[in-house]
Amino acid sequence: MREELLKIIERNSRIDLKELAVILGVEEMDVVNELQALEEQGIICGYHTMIDWEKTSIEKVSALIEVRVTPQRGQGFDNIAERVYKYPEVTSVYLISGGYDLLVTLEGKSLKEISGFVSDKLSTLDSVLSTATHFILKKYKDHGTILTKKYEDTREKVSP
Amino acid sequence: MRDMLSKQAVGLKPSGIRKFFDIVSEMDDAISLGVGEPDFDTPWHIRDEGIYSLEKGRTFYTSNSGLMELRQEICNYIKRKQGVTYDPQHEVLITVGGSEAIDIGLRAVVNPGDEVLIPQPSFVSYEPCAIMAGAVPVIIELKEENEFRLTAKELEDAITEKTKILILPFPNNPTGAIMERKDLEEIAEVIRKHDILVMSDEIYAELTYKEKHVSIVEMEGMRERTILINGFSKAYAMTGWRLGYACGPREILEQMTKLHQFAIMCAPTTSQYAAVEALRNGDEDVREMSMAYNQRRRYLLNAFREMKLSCFEPFGAFYVFPCIKEFGMTSEEFAERFLAEEKVAVVPGTAFGDCGEGYLRISYAYSLDNLKLAIGKLADFVERLRQQDKKHE
Repeated sequence: MREELLKIIERNSRIDLKELAVILGVEEMDVVNELQALEEQGIICGYHTMIDWEKTSIEKVSALIEVRVTPQRGQGFDNIAERVYKYPEVTSVYLISGGYDLLVTLEGKSLKEISGFVSDKLSTLDSVLSTATHFILKKYKDHGTILTKKYEDTREKVSP
Repeated sequence: MRDMLSKQAVGLKPSGIRKFFDIVSEMDDAISLGVGEPDFDTPWHIRDEGIYSLEKGRTFYTSNSGLMELRQEICNYIKRKQGVTYDPQHEVLITVGGSEAIDIGLRAVVNPGDEVLIPQPSFVSYEPCAIMAGAVPVIIELKEENEFRLTAKELEDAITEKTKILILPFPNNPTGAIMERKDLEEIAEVIRKHDILVMSDEIYAELTYKEKHVSIVEMEGMRERTILINGFSKAYAMTGWRLGYACGPREILEQMTKLHQFAIMCAPTTSQYAAVEALRNGDEDVREMSMAYNQRRRYLLNAFREMKLSCFEPFGAFYVFPCIKEFGMTSEEFAERFLAEEKVAVVPGTAFGDCGEGYLRISYAYSLDNLKLAIGKLADFVERLRQQDKKHE
């Protein structure tokens, strides 16, 4: 049940427990226990809401920043990653294989705010060698959800 | 001009679905639960392979039997799933959907007056195809008390010395019934005893929710007398690509290939390239879709239990077949009133044979949200009918 449960709530964390039990073909108590276990084991780390901020009147700018750093003896990249992810405006930090080391995603109110963060805070860290900032112009798909188009059922209404 | 038309063609009953379709298509805001095809898009990597084949200019006929590459993949697939071996050179034919295989398969084996056994409720094409092939369709009425499976007794009772072939439509459209290994073993014995052929339409093979699909060709002595039909429409959500196939003994496939060659030439080339990709890398897609169907199936069965609507538990395809006999209406009346009053389309069971009377086919090839909306309306409708009945008493 675990994989199936995770797949369902990854898509829709607001699904009703009773309904979840029905579609998984198990008892409601089993679902409650499994969810609790998944939370305790840190497999479920949170429940978020996907918001297309573009459609609101609230100004938001996001950027992806490639960061090259010098790893530290005994610590590798963990220390520097922690220094970066502690900033609240940083929404994710990944260690990446290839041409650079950390991929940082950032959310701010304006271009200025983001460029300010990069020049004042990120670039000035000792182990940061270089940064390259990419502003996001449009989100087509996020977390497996297509944002630009609505699903339309184009099938014939009745077929054998 | 006198006698412009073929009496045989004119004599065919129009599909019961067609009539209903005409009513529904005039209603813009109707919600439908009447669709017999997946709601998923064809997985992108499969579509991409089709597009790529067009870019590469693979726009010519393939051999009559279909791309060798695809036939080989089909043989690998059947070997993997059923443990049965077919020779891609002589025992596989790529067709335009499973439907073409039904048509030419029957025409390849029957002579005028031969009887074709057709268990019903079942897909709408078997009976007309049998008639157009010059055969006599003999209907076996499946029973809800047997979960709409075909029993050895029912089969035995229907066989005469004219019986040529049995059509075996499982997992079943419209009932969702499956045949498990023990069911197949029992009927295989009858088939061997009477020395008849089988056409096993396994288009829903990938969509079973109990044990893994079992094919009649796995039973002793069955491979050499069975036309096995399958395709890509349901498993890979590829209905519009029109691609199916038939496997069977070389003698039969040779005749089928001849008919196919004269009527069709070859199945669509683009679709064939896409299908190779489906068989090579599509297992995970099938698993995901089948998981989603199963969730919806459980949702519907639970909803029927809650509204106390009688429905046997189907373990295949993407249909449920609830019984509406308690309301004292024909299936068609029920479906028409439900559509008029709640604007939800379901298909009357009678569209799949007279013995579908008293049942509805409800498809769960819809998102859960859609199903919830429609089932809420069904619950209201059912409740209203029951209240009306009470008043009349």
